[in-house]
Amino acid sequence: MSAVPSPLAIEATGLVKAFGDVRAVDGVDLAVPSGSVYGVLGPNGAGKTTTIRMLATLLRPDAGGARVLGHDVVDEADAVRGLVSLTGQLASVDEDLTGRENLILLGRLLGLGRQAAKARGAELLEAFELADAAGRLVKNYSGGMRRRLDIAASLVVPPTVMFLDEPTTGLDPRSRNQVWDIIRTLAGGGTTILLCTQYLDEADQLAAGIAVIDRGKVIAEGTPGQLKASVGGGALHVRLLDPEQRPDAERVLIGELGSVNEEADPARLSAPCAEPERGAEAVAQLHRAGVGIADFSLGQPSLDEVFLALTGHPAEEDRAQDQDAETISEAGVA
Amino acid sequence: MTANPTTRDRQPAAFDERALRKALATTPRPPRANALTAAVTFGWRGMLKVKHVPEQLLDVTITPVMFVLMFTYLFGGAIEGSTADYLNYILPGVLVMSVLFTTVYSGVALNTDLTKGVIDRFRTLPIWRPAPLVGALLGDSVRYLIAGTVIIVVGVILGFRPDAGVGGVLAALALVVVFAFGLSWVFTTLGLLLRSPNAVMNAGFMGIFPLTFLSNVFVDPETLPAGLEAFVDVNPISILATASRGLMEGSAEASDIVIVLAVAAALTAVFAPLTTRLYRKA
Repeated sequence: MSAVPSPLAIEATGLVKAFGDVRAVDGVDLAVPSGSVYGVLGPNGAGKTTTIRMLATLLRPDAGGARVLGHDVVDEADAVRGLVSLTGQLASVDEDLTGRENLILLGRLLGLGRQAAKARGAELLEAFELADAAGRLVKNYSGGMRRRLDIAASLVVPPTVMFLDEPTTGLDPRSRNQVWDIIRTLAGGGTTILLCTQYLDEADQLAAGIAVIDRGKVIAEGTPGQLKASVGGGALHVRLLDPEQRPDAERVLIGELGSVNEEADPARLSAPCAEPERGAEAVAQLHRAGVGIADFSLGQPSLDEVFLALTGHPAEEDRAQDQDAETISEAGVA
Repeated sequence: MTANPTTRDRQPAAFDERALRKALATTPRPPRANALTAAVTFGWRGMLKVKHVPEQLLDVTITPVMFVLMFTYLFGGAIEGSTADYLNYILPGVLVMSVLFTTVYSGVALNTDLTKGVIDRFRTLPIWRPAPLVGALLGDSVRYLIAGTVIIVVGVILGFRPDAGVGGVLAALALVVVFAFGLSWVFTTLGLLLRSPNAVMNAGFMGIFPLTFLSNVFVDPETLPAGLEAFVDVNPISILATASRGLMEGSAEASDIVIVLAVAAALTAVFAPLTTRLYRKA
């Protein structure tokens, strides 16, 4: 098959992958433009990892197909492998080697000579501020350092398309920001990045386009702005000093913002609120009504809210079942 | 808009943005690594692991020493009349046994590797598909060599003086390592089929243990019941032990050596492609 030049870096149509009875991926279509960061957003077990593994040639689709930079992921798997790199959910580096050895190993496997591999490793360790830890075993790295090494390992020979599977899951906020900065720099350099994440915030920060995926299907697609607009913006969250004042607070908020969401904690209230100005006004009205406020925040919709709005069920609901699917997929890997 | 700003508070960056841009810009894509380079690189990976955790060599060094001491002094007098005579008989046999036992660990190591994320990276590299497996076994062959050398050194210390001298001993060692390379493909296949490193270990030893004991490694099969003797005579491990003894004593029969090499080649021909297939689909 010839490589058809395409403005799309990744093009998937009707991808299906089942593990036993569980259809982990159930007809996913994706169209990722070249040179952009594209987010695949969904809860645990939605089928993100399985999708990315098919695109990275690690799993063969049961049905449907995909092309990466014009190459079929099944028939031209080797051509695809020469152009992509994968940073998996489990850190894709060898924990029993040092950081330096990891990068030299990959350099050699990717065709660099002995000296070139060494030099390239040193250059990347320097660029990712890992030079001091170069000689330490990776199993002694912190989570953030491991992730940085993982991404550096993906760049030994710079790929045209990069797959990042939940690159910040389990990282502290500082390390997460560092990884975000790295992703921005990579995207600025023209690399196409497919980013799987379960954080709306992360997709919002980094991605130009987002596909929301649930139970193996794409259930919504668009820019972060469109997606949030479809959910109806954010919410005002208020915590009362005195739960006894809840009826008063509810009355004020319904008056200002139209409705109040159910909350389990009697001291907490939230109300849908798309415009910050109206939220500020509502807080001022609470104060004038003599309702004591411990704290308040005006938040973007969470992934849960997006899910609730798009699917009618919260993201958490299917955890148990979906984690089974994920476990099966892991077993398939092993 | 959020009440608690999340991202834009500037911390010292964990990377040098300019250096990163430069690192991204300057690299032309090198030609693909050839099959040999890829395999040898994976062998180097195996060696590095030994370098970082040298304790893992204990099982390939201590156990064989124990076997030599135990069999020579415990059974030597009873079986052969004197420990010195028995040492000459058993040393090539224990060499065979301990190296073959080590092959089970190749399957265990591969199974352990599969639970790690790095395997995904290897499988998305544009390299010769069997390279990670061939490379790992090349690295393991070095372990086999170490195990074998330890046995021979211990034997020499205890008074083992083979007639064919250093050359014969080296030839026997080489033959055993070649056979072990072929046999370890069986265990890498097992390593990809079973679910846990422990299962691989158990299944592996369940196979290799009886096969080794039902051979002429420890005793001359002439005293065995006829049916058992017939089995022992065709057991490739017996033939390997006989060939090793022959090489060390300078009386090896070419036919034995040919059979051993043929069995190693056959095992490789069947199980290497099988392992590669399973690895690709894993």
